[in-house]
Amino acid sequence: MKRLINLKPASPWHLLLAVLPFALLLVLYLLGSDARLEANPADKLLPSFAQMGDAMERLALEPSKRSGELLFWADTASSLTRLGSGVAIAAMIGLVLGLLTGALPLVKAPLAPLLTVVSLVPPLALLPILFIVFGLGELSKVVLIAIGITPFIARDIQRSTMEIPQEQLVKAQTLGASTPQILLRVLLPQLMPRLIDAVRLSLGAGWLFLIAAEAIAATDGLGYRIFLVRRYMAMDVILPYVAWITLLAFVFDSTLARLNRRLFPWHAQGGR
Amino acid sequence: MIEARNLWKHYGDNVVLERVSLKVQEGEFVTLVGTSGCGKSTFLKMLLGTETPSRGALLLDDQPMRDEPDADRGIVFQQYAVFPHMSVLDNVIAARAFHNPGVTGYLFGQRHRLATTEAKNMLERVGLSQALHQYPHELSGGMRQRLAIAQALINKPRILLLDEPFGALDPGIRTDMHALMRDLWNQYKPTVFMVTHDLREGFYLGTRLLVFDKLRQDPHAPQAYGAGITYDLPVGQPGSIESTLPPALQLKSLPQTLPAVAFS
Repeated sequence: MKRLINLKPASPWHLLLAVLPFALLLVLYLLGSDARLEANPADKLLPSFAQMGDAMERLALEPSKRSGELLFWADTASSLTRLGSGVAIAAMIGLVLGLLTGALPLVKAPLAPLLTVVSLVPPLALLPILFIVFGLGELSKVVLIAIGITPFIARDIQRSTMEIPQEQLVKAQTLGASTPQILLRVLLPQLMPRLIDAVRLSLGAGWLFLIAAEAIAATDGLGYRIFLVRRYMAMDVILPYVAWITLLAFVFDSTLARLNRRLFPWHAQGGR
Repeated sequence: MIEARNLWKHYGDNVVLERVSLKVQEGEFVTLVGTSGCGKSTFLKMLLGTETPSRGALLLDDQPMRDEPDADRGIVFQQYAVFPHMSVLDNVIAARAFHNPGVTGYLFGQRHRLATTEAKNMLERVGLSQALHQYPHELSGGMRQRLAIAQALINKPRILLLDEPFGALDPGIRTDMHALMRDLWNQYKPTVFMVTHDLREGFYLGTRLLVFDKLRQDPHAPQAYGAGITYDLPVGQPGSIESTLPPALQLKSLPQTLPAVAFS
């Protein structure tokens, strides 16, 4: 018998082992749901898939009586707009901050300690301040996401910048390169794939801040909806919404990963 | 002419180099050998401008050398020597672009066409014309060093610094690289300083061999004294020099390489 650390699943088993937990959870849910609905057909805690389907059909395909919108799609659109603008702003500021602090010691000296401290402030604790300063509209939610993940991206890019071998910078200088030329041609292009990786890692936090902000003050959005229907214990809406958010997060993550491999083949190969 | 005047380098109490004085004429090919930690790399870094002398002066045409790397001095490192995000051709075009004033480091129009032609010629000379559009990670170690050399030479620097450029290559490939290096040196005539662990390389390739070693030893305080140049020999004529050396330095008694530094 080999040691446990040397035992690997054979390839057909690999897929099966990956699917198994999902199947198991599904079966458990179905059994639980059936048992509860058997005992009480009005049970709301574990709705059947048919009930969830009905609820989603109502939200996704029938215009709302009050606003005439398709609520599910309107929620998705406004949440993604908020998340997208927040993450885009954070990525841009983080990239510039990280590049400059990583490459220029004179910029790093005053900014790096500040950045470290700011990154330790819990962003959600700032939410009341953001509501006071920016009001309850879109701006405060976008700013929360941006504030929440900018320090992470900036520090990650700063670290990546400093990890680029010193030899390359010396080489560029011996070829006559000026500081802006080195920033733009040697460092920046090599940071782009790392920026995409940093964005992938920070999307989880981005969703967290988005849903928190929407739960507290919003009139639409995925987070707003699940917190709204919680009052009626509408698990038939909450569960599909959570699944939808998870699917969106998965799609973004894998799209960014694929984009990275496509655009920057030298990065995936551990370019030297 | 490059001149070192009573050069010292120490970090705190740790003396790395002491009393190094040297005159090198334009166009010489100087090889630097010595054990690990003997200060030859430190000397090269001072020539490069990434380290500054603690005492003494390093002069280029009687002017102190700039204390940061510049276009007078080209460099080829053992690794990380090229830009991984650019194709082979772009690596060399970028070298031309960096030579131009300009904020972005990109060339456009006529100047880009000119640089492309120059880069292609250079790459043909080092034997990379089949690999113009490949990325460095797709190249073998030897091809990557060829690229690094092409890049370093395209702006025709007066001084070319080589920091164990062939240390990570297989012996057969190393021989090809030696021939290439000789050719290019004959053609461009830069003043070359090459640090190497390979003593055969040191003897065969250069016109002048410098051996770095400690001039004096204190067994109780090994850091107290630094290394200097213990031998300064004209080389390059096979057979002529070797017999005049002390037995310990004679080629046949030497291992081909000194304890190799780890590389990844």
